[in-house]
Amino acid sequence: MLPTPPSSLPLLPALGRASIAAVGNLGAVFLFFLDGLLSGLSSTRQLQRTVLQVYFIGVKSVFVVTLIGLFTGMVLGLQGYYALAKVGSEGLLGSAVALSLIRELGPVLTAIMLTGRAGSSMTAEIGVMRISDQIDALEVMDIPPMAYLVGPRIWASLISFPLLTAMFDVIGILGGYLTGVKLLGINAGVYFHRINASVELSDVMGGFYKSLLFAVLVSTICCFQGYYTHLRRDGAGPESVGNATTSAVVLSCVCILVFDYVATSFLL
Amino acid sequence: MTTHEPALPISPLSDSPEQPAGWSIALESLRLGYGSTVVIESLTAHIPAGRITCILGGSGCGKSTLLKHILGLARPMAGRILLDGKDATQMSRREFRQLRRRMGVLFQDGALLGSLTLAQNVALPLVEHSRLPKARIAEIVHEKLTLVGLEDFKDYHPGQLSGGMRKRAGLARALATDPPVVLCDEHTSGLDPINAASMDALLKAMHRRFNATVVAVSHDLESVRTLADHVILLHEGRALYQGDVPGLQACEDPYVQTFLARRPINL
Ligand SMILES: Nc1ncnc2c1ncn2[C@@H]1O[C@H](COP(=O)(O)OP(=O)(O)OP(=O)(O)O)[C@@H](O)[C@H]1O
Ligand SMILES: [Mg+2]
Repeated sequence: MLPTPPSSLPLLPALGRASIAAVGNLGAVFLFFLDGLLSGLSSTRQLQRTVLQVYFIGVKSVFVVTLIGLFTGMVLGLQGYYALAKVGSEGLLGSAVALSLIRELGPVLTAIMLTGRAGSSMTAEIGVMRISDQIDALEVMDIPPMAYLVGPRIWASLISFPLLTAMFDVIGILGGYLTGVKLLGINAGVYFHRINASVELSDVMGGFYKSLLFAVLVSTICCFQGYYTHLRRDGAGPESVGNATTSAVVLSCVCILVFDYVATSFLL
Repeated sequence: MTTHEPALPISPLSDSPEQPAGWSIALESLRLGYGSTVVIESLTAHIPAGRITCILGGSGCGKSTLLKHILGLARPMAGRILLDGKDATQMSRREFRQLRRRMGVLFQDGALLGSLTLAQNVALPLVEHSRLPKARIAEIVHEKLTLVGLEDFKDYHPGQLSGGMRKRAGLARALATDPPVVLCDEHTSGLDPINAASMDALLKAMHRRFNATVVAVSHDLESVRTLADHVILLHEGRALYQGDVPGLQACEDPYVQTFLARRPINL
């Protein structure tokens, strides 16, 4: 006579299945990324499509990134001044602003902004194409949809994210200058000298690698969610596109923050 | 001939005026469906080469599903699809794509790319797969759009057109490369009688000019009568009737009679 299993055991197979499915999904996403990346390079027409996407993802985001960068820098100037003044070292404001922007806030906030502005539209656009048979039509015309739709978006993200991050950093430092120097009266020379003295190439490179990582994450997640809209179980038709867009944005933001932590702990 | 047939230009994708004629499509005990739901139970049918075959059947009986499987966009649950006598599922990916590239497809709701204008949509298969100069492509696009009566709308985006116009534009794209096999999902639905008749005439002309195999899904009995050399009527997951149009009209099956008489069932 076999002993009856404890009541918690029936959960075990379900947990196992869920874990296997999760690992399987990760693998699928990775292959999707590789496929998009490689197919993005196949011809000169692909180059044209990538340039067009750089316009949509990058150029059209310049204004919003500038705006967010400016205010982030300004608030960093205020908060930094307040905190540093407590220990009597307002002079370090330049270092504080520049390092936190370059190492952390620049890449993360730019990626989150781009998720909202460009990532969501990638998912929605590809998702609509999926549910209205346009992706099938591409396939039937023997135009690989991965190359047509996904490759250019991944490459364009890889180009746009670091550039916009750099812009965010520079504008943010100017924002810190506005509040720290112009408003609160720190010496301008001290502010910039501190930046010059404390920021090293490794800080800049760290931010650069992070922005590349986020470009991969955001473009892959957003394209993947759109591309497989029709396989969703939580809705069909337009509803599934809406749900896919929501998941893409939420998942991208979560991944940005989680991978930011992981990347920071490796880069430090 | 009572219907006016448009004159078709020479094929843009081949240098010789003689294009290889269309091939046959054979369906052997096909079972099709989505996930675990079976839509078509067991379908055995033959679509002859160089003929116009109409596929009839009630709404939701699986006609679009069948086309999707013929195009290799989904895998059959069981059975085989033979293109030109060769099993499509056994072919190498490359070989299958070579074949499929030469099929023109009209999807049920056009499936035009929303980000491109009509002219760019029609030009797309030519731009991708032919080495024709730009001017020649523009010429072909103009010809095709004229054939479906949309030459004045070439710079419109699909979102700015009516459903019937999208359908006509979809047909123009399907015919852009003068393919030897044409598959149309309801080429006349949503069209007025005059436009519907010209779509029929266009398919007929296409078929004559290139000896193309045309598969047209249709509910439009008028269109079936003028077009079809061969009819397949689907009902409850199988082919209820296969043969020519007079045979269909003579068929004694009660469903076929109800279908042809356009009577509601059980009244
Ligand atoms: N993506 C899908 N997932 C699940 N079921 C589907 C899907 N597409 C179609 N079906 C089901 O398959 C059946 C056949 O659909 P299909 O679109 O092939 O019909 P149809 O014969 O083309 O109809 P109509 O003449 O109205 O276009 C329907 O019952 C439909 O609910
Ligand atoms: Mg249909």
